[in-house]
Amino acid sequence: MNRTYEIMFIVRPDVEEPELDKLIETVSGYVTTGGGTVKTTEKMGRRRLAYTVKKFNDGFYVLLIVDSPAALIAEIERRLRVSEQVIKYITVRMDEEDKRVAKIKAHRDAHVKRSSLPQVNAEAAPVAEAAAPAVEAEPVAAEV
Amino acid sequence: MADETGIPATPAATQAAEGTAAPASAPAQRSGGYQGSRPSGPGGSRPPRPAGAGGGGAGGRKFFRRKKVCKFTVEKIDTISYRDVRLLQQFVSDRGKIIPRRLTGTSAPFQRKLTRAIKQARAIALLPFAAKY
Repeated sequence: MNRTYEIMFIVRPDVEEPELDKLIETVSGYVTTGGGTVKTTEKMGRRRLAYTVKKFNDGFYVLLIVDSPAALIAEIERRLRVSEQVIKYITVRMDEEDKRVAKIKAHRDAHVKRSSLPQVNAEAAPVAEAAAPAVEAEPVAAEV
Repeated sequence: MADETGIPATPAATQAAEGTAAPASAPAQRSGGYQGSRPSGPGGSRPPRPAGAGGGGAGGRKFFRRKKVCKFTVEKIDTISYRDVRLLQQFVSDRGKIIPRRLTGTSAPFQRKLTRAIKQARAIALLPFAAKY
């Protein structure tokens, strides 16, 4: 059973751009060979670290969003830990959160229709009707 | 006692309400971004905001206090991601501590999510554990 995870890792700042791409490729390779799929890959660029990590003060942030079985995540984390170029990583499970958000969204969409739309119509219609005769009435009064 | 204070207190109270009502919208935007050192309140002669104990409507009605609202409820932010540093930074003091919800007005469910997100962000060096001084 596959779950959605976000894998974010920081690559040390002294690697070159092509090397970084190659590293991302290898990590994606781990996922695909292990029975998962890479949904998106995002290079978040070079960022300042909030604190010093392995004597580095900045690093390249990379984000992968991945569908993967749970056992594979453990393996990927192990490889990231071993990797010399990756100085820090985090994996966060997202599927429960996504489900929760989808539920809220569905509920909100269902709710908005009932509460706001009929009210607006009910109020707007009499107001429009009331306004129209008033406008008409005045010129008539002026003519008379 | 009540009569003595009652007469001068009424104009003072209305002044306070007027004084704080106008700038209240400005701090409303920044309400999340509570700074460790308290900025002097909007109503010049007012005492510092959290001087009294408990809510503003506690009997005396000495000074007007704006009701705190949960940013996430009001702005309908459903998820708090550890990646959203901008957002998280509003709920962290300048020393890097998580600001208690008693000061920010965040609702309990969102404070829990916020806390988790801040801790995740710290783990990946997006937020500091402790700011450097």
